[in-house]
Amino acid sequence: MSRLTTANVLLAREIISRYPRPKSALIPLLHLAQEQDGYVADDAMEHIAELIGVTAAEVLGTCSFYEMFKRHPVGRYMINICTNISCQLNGGEELLHHAEETLGIRSGGTTDDGMFTLEDVECIAACTEAPCLQVNYRYEYRLDNDDFDRMVDDLRAGNRADVPPHGTLARVRQNIDEDRLAGVERPELAGAPAWYSSRLPSDDGDGGGN
Amino acid sequence: MATNDYVSHAPGYVDNEGPKIVTSRFLHDDSHTLARSEATGGYSALRAVLQTPPPEAADLVKEAVLLGRGGAGFPAGIKWGFMPPVWPRYLVVNGDESEPGTYKDRLLMERDPHQLIEGCIIACYALGLNQCFLYVRGEMALAQERIAAALNEAYEASYVGKNIMGTDVSIDVVLHWGAGAYIVGEETALIESLEGNRGMPRLKPPFFPAAKGLYLKPTIVNNVETLANLPWIFANGTEAYKQYGSERSPGTRMLAVSGHVNRPGVYEVEQGVVTFRELFYGDNYCQGIRDGNELKMFIPGGGSAPWFFPEQLDLPMEAADVGAAGSMLGSGALVVMDETTDAVKACLRVVRFFARESCGKCTPCREGTTWEEQILQRILDGHGRPEDLDLLEDIGSQISPGDYPKAAHEEAGLTAVPFPPKQTTICPLGPSSVAPITSALRRFRHEFEAKIGSATPSPTESRAADETSIDVDEAAEEVSA
Repeated sequence: MSRLTTANVLLAREIISRYPRPKSALIPLLHLAQEQDGYVADDAMEHIAELIGVTAAEVLGTCSFYEMFKRHPVGRYMINICTNISCQLNGGEELLHHAEETLGIRSGGTTDDGMFTLEDVECIAACTEAPCLQVNYRYEYRLDNDDFDRMVDDLRAGNRADVPPHGTLARVRQNIDEDRLAGVERPELAGAPAWYSSRLPSDDGDGGGN
Repeated sequence: MATNDYVSHAPGYVDNEGPKIVTSRFLHDDSHTLARSEATGGYSALRAVLQTPPPEAADLVKEAVLLGRGGAGFPAGIKWGFMPPVWPRYLVVNGDESEPGTYKDRLLMERDPHQLIEGCIIACYALGLNQCFLYVRGEMALAQERIAAALNEAYEASYVGKNIMGTDVSIDVVLHWGAGAYIVGEETALIESLEGNRGMPRLKPPFFPAAKGLYLKPTIVNNVETLANLPWIFANGTEAYKQYGSERSPGTRMLAVSGHVNRPGVYEVEQGVVTFRELFYGDNYCQGIRDGNELKMFIPGGGSAPWFFPEQLDLPMEAADVGAAGSMLGSGALVVMDETTDAVKACLRVVRFFARESCGKCTPCREGTTWEEQILQRILDGHGRPEDLDLLEDIGSQISPGDYPKAAHEEAGLTAVPFPPKQTTICPLGPSSVAPITSALRRFRHEFEAKIGSATPSPTESRAADETSIDVDEAAEEVSA
């Protein structure tokens, strides 16, 4: 429903400044919007379009390509169960069925209380720890049905401070002090860095350029 | 399943007591911090590199024969040499690891981000560029956190940014992250994604990223593990590096072995030396198949690789040998399947991955992968038709014309067809969906035929046969029931 907050606009401007072209910040800004609202709202997409100077349609075009962006509200906890080959070989599909029964929803659905959304996902790079899942992109390894039930109970009871609400990925942001920044060059401005040219052997010391 | 004896702070990693080029800090629980990195030689290679002319640094990488660890195995030094003398130019780090069975880059990013950052700066220096984008897969929240924290430390300590270690060299490394799309691991799709677009691969040739990449400027896209090797190579020299591995493939590789083995895990293994049998059965490695079962088949290099069988076990894990034998080492992911595995089901699962992840740009892949999935699904569901196997092969030949790479099947008198396959698509995703089908059909055709032989027509088919016209209301009722 909402545009980016003032604090997030400041953050957005900082992110944009790190790229030679503003549109490169599109995906990071969509993540920022999802972190703010738990999903990517239409107004947020329009706001992002204004910030990076593209049309709202372009923002939607990119947003709709990527699975992690949810354009409608989802549960506070997104439970993604892997059913790809390594997990399938070790009970991933059975775990998914158990999750569907326990939560009373099918893959893709959200519980009535808005706590959980369940998805079966492709390989999440924890294949030796099969079957595995991610809850808001935090890993749980080698789960059996009891482990799953315990995890759900803990999440419901608010005992999992290590799992932030849906939308928050990294809880540490990259911060670059103004005076530590090497500086972004626009792609239109050609020329090798001075430090590079000065370090080439003298016979072709101009560094090429174009 | 056997219990795990790996370190609790690094789930998945198994110390096999071999050489440690990229995992040397993994046994420390604070391996991700700058303090640990500095205490164990971190950034010392960079300090030395900054004193040598950049072209010499680039030559050293060529001399080391550092093979790309992302899947194609192309020598990084040669790739670097393709850059024309045009600026600005960019380094993009491919941390979008999502090939089924693969996870080594995630561990390298989570456990030793400073090693990766040092590798990035060395590469930027050698290539004469001052902007690097580190693209981490969206789903890897911990890796993003660790890299963000490490970059903040490294900027503060002057290992990255303006005037690196008091010199005039200035290089920025920007953490960027994706949002869930396997195809973005393909380098041109990754560049599109980094430009803020849908992650669809670009047609190449005529232009490869080294000549026209990010913003159509020269761009090198290197895999995380490739760059993570640089600090060690520069600290110890190419001769020391070549002490490990084979002549054609020096150094080590991170291999993720999953599936039906007793000790699944991510191992750092000398390249080109260890055989598949040693890896699966060796005491230092996976310690055999679970429950003493027989091996049925294995995937030697990620979901995209054609399958191998027991007769390929004694091959060394050397790219050229594995290619000649009809598959590839790819991204270092091995999936082991024992005798209890249903070949049709496993085949369907891998194909479904490609059907879901097809970006939709090329018709043969967008339509073909979905058809493959639907046909395999109906065979598995017991509604297969006699003509389905020919149909699967026909669809495969539309995506990947000619004889698709296959392992030898000596019992049946069939020889290997070498990798790589041909393709009618822009990128190899579509052809990859053909790999499990041709592999399973050559070897386990009888399993498909048995399922088809006992098949019954699907509900919709029998209704269509019974009635001259389909009652739409009744069909809808049945679907909702």
